[in-house]
Amino acid sequence: MLTTEPNLPDPDGFYAELLALHEGRDEAESHAINARLVLILANHIGDRKVLAQAMALAAKVSDDG
Amino acid sequence: MTAIFQTILYGYERVPEQDREAHHPVVVVGAGPVGLALAIDLAQRDVPVVVLDENDKVSFGSRAICFSKRTLEICDRLGLGHACVGKGVTWCKGRVFFDEREVYGFDLLPEEGHRRPAFVNLQQYFFEQFLVERLRELQAGGKPLEIRGRNRVSEVFQEDSSARLSVETPDGPYSLTADWVIACDGANSPVRAMLGLDFVGRVFEDNFLIADVRMDADFPTERWFWFDPPFNRGQSALLHKQPDGIWRIDLQLGWNIDREAEKQPERVIPRLRAMLGPDVGFELEWVSVYTFQCRRMERFRHGRVLFAGDSAHQVSPFGARGANSGIQDAENLAWKLALVLNGNSEAILDTYDAERVAAADENILNSTRSTDFITPKSPVSRMFRDAVLGLSEQAPFARPLVNSGRLSVPSVYDGSPLNTQDALIGGPPRTRPGAPCVDAPVRDGWLLDRLGGDFVLMGIGAALPDDLDGVRVVRLEHETTLARRYVGGATAAVYLIRPDQHVAARWPSYEAEAVAEALARARGELC
Ligand SMILES: Cc1cc2nc3c(=O)[nH]c(=O)nc-3n(C[C@H](O)[C@H](O)[C@H](O)COP(=O)(O)OP(=O)(O)OC[C@H]3O[C@@H](n4cnc5c(N)ncnc54)[C@H](O)[C@@H]3O)c2cc1C
Repeated sequence: MLTTEPNLPDPDGFYAELLALHEGRDEAESHAINARLVLILANHIGDRKVLAQAMALAAKVSDDG
Repeated sequence: MTAIFQTILYGYERVPEQDREAHHPVVVVGAGPVGLALAIDLAQRDVPVVVLDENDKVSFGSRAICFSKRTLEICDRLGLGHACVGKGVTWCKGRVFFDEREVYGFDLLPEEGHRRPAFVNLQQYFFEQFLVERLRELQAGGKPLEIRGRNRVSEVFQEDSSARLSVETPDGPYSLTADWVIACDGANSPVRAMLGLDFVGRVFEDNFLIADVRMDADFPTERWFWFDPPFNRGQSALLHKQPDGIWRIDLQLGWNIDREAEKQPERVIPRLRAMLGPDVGFELEWVSVYTFQCRRMERFRHGRVLFAGDSAHQVSPFGARGANSGIQDAENLAWKLALVLNGNSEAILDTYDAERVAAADENILNSTRSTDFITPKSPVSRMFRDAVLGLSEQAPFARPLVNSGRLSVPSVYDGSPLNTQDALIGGPPRTRPGAPCVDAPVRDGWLLDRLGGDFVLMGIGAALPDDLDGVRVVRLEHETTLARRYVGGATAAVYLIRPDQHVAARWPSYEAEAVAEALARARGELC
């Protein structure tokens, strides 16, 4: 099951770290990093069901605008 | 290379039935790899067979080069495994390059205990030549086998209990009838068109330059695949060794190109020079530009006419699934036809359709996925593709995601009506009912040689009856590799194996009634 309840310690710290990763990069570079990040995290999760739920959630939020 | 294309292998000869119509149990249309393999298999089963081909030589130009382990195993049964492996270049290692760097290497068959390697590379014209030689050998041995060159099928009529063909020859037309017609007449199948059957699928908008070059280079015997290399920016490239100092080079060209211009030596040579470097001497043997499609017929059986090989399905070359899967069509069909001609119900022929349509779908799925990786269709798919490749150098997890062609492996006929439910608790999944038998060393040789082309009841550490009607009994000892592949967590195993070496059923011990029922099912008698 995909966890959708808060699960990150220090959410503000994580968010700042994510922005710092992209700091000073152009858009193409940032997209490439995000793509690698998705793959790395997907492998870490390693559960196709959880990944499918995560993809569905990501698509749903953007579809809803 | 030119000599083999000019050699007449099955020249036209007038036959008496050109004056008086004759009837045949099986007529095979097309003497490509698939038609020839089918004819050999049928003849070995003493089914009389006539092969018709509009041509009289090997197929022209440069086509298949990679022949898979399963194809070689089938060739062992057909009597030409030695010729193929002897002439072919054996390989099992590959390397992947991205941009200017090598990102990783792989080994296709890290497992010991198989007679045949994962692949050999062999020009298709040699493969066809070996098939024709084997066919001649069987003829000389008195097998009921005929091949007629320059016999072009021009019309097909389905009748209730037979099919009628019109055939054009240098002496004019004649007609013949057959219980069964097997159309092995290639991707443009005239027989398919004559019956008005469709062939739908997906066209890939891309062109590939195939160049076979002769060179004395010390590249290792490996498959090298480049994504976005400096010498072919934004595209892919493949380098592969063939026998006789010939190398296959495959360069992706993109869609909007002038195909004629790209084939000219003044265009091709600089491309190859950029790839091979300034110091390598090479000579062009063959150049062509091709595009491809992934598609299949909806059904492979239409009454008295069955389709096999490229006539029934077409895939992209990535994965070497064309000829290899066609050879598996042929072996699936041969024993079933033999049963029907010996009085079995023709219902078993519908299982050819069920099993091989599923296999074609698997091949098309794999080859479509490879193509989507090699040729990303959108900026986002290119981004993920490059992300995978970029990571693959340092992060092993990304390597299984790299897809430069998933190389042909035989299909497992899961869900086939010929299978009996798995009764071997703890049995290895790879040898479950529907799976092709995995080779293993046995005393004095190899398992697949012991299985041959009959129905076999195989016992490993299990008591079996001395003989059984219609089945060959094979007793084996509990040896390590064999047991790992067939017994698994059980203590003993009994397998019922089909003539195409696929598992039909398995149990922990022999029980007469269960085996008899599974045998009837595997022979299509319960369909
Ligand atoms: C560039 C390239 C690379 C490839 N690489 C590989 C690879 O590495 N591995 C692999 O497995 N596959 C590969 N393939 C695919 C492989 O070449 C084909 O899948 C294979 O040739 C199919 O064999 P077939 O017998 O079904 O048809 P074909 O080889 O096309 O034979 C059809 C035969 O039917 C005959 N015929 C046609 N019409 C009539 C008629 N009306 N009457 C009588 N006879 C007729 C023709 O003369 C021909 O002999 C490759 C293909 C290409 C183009």
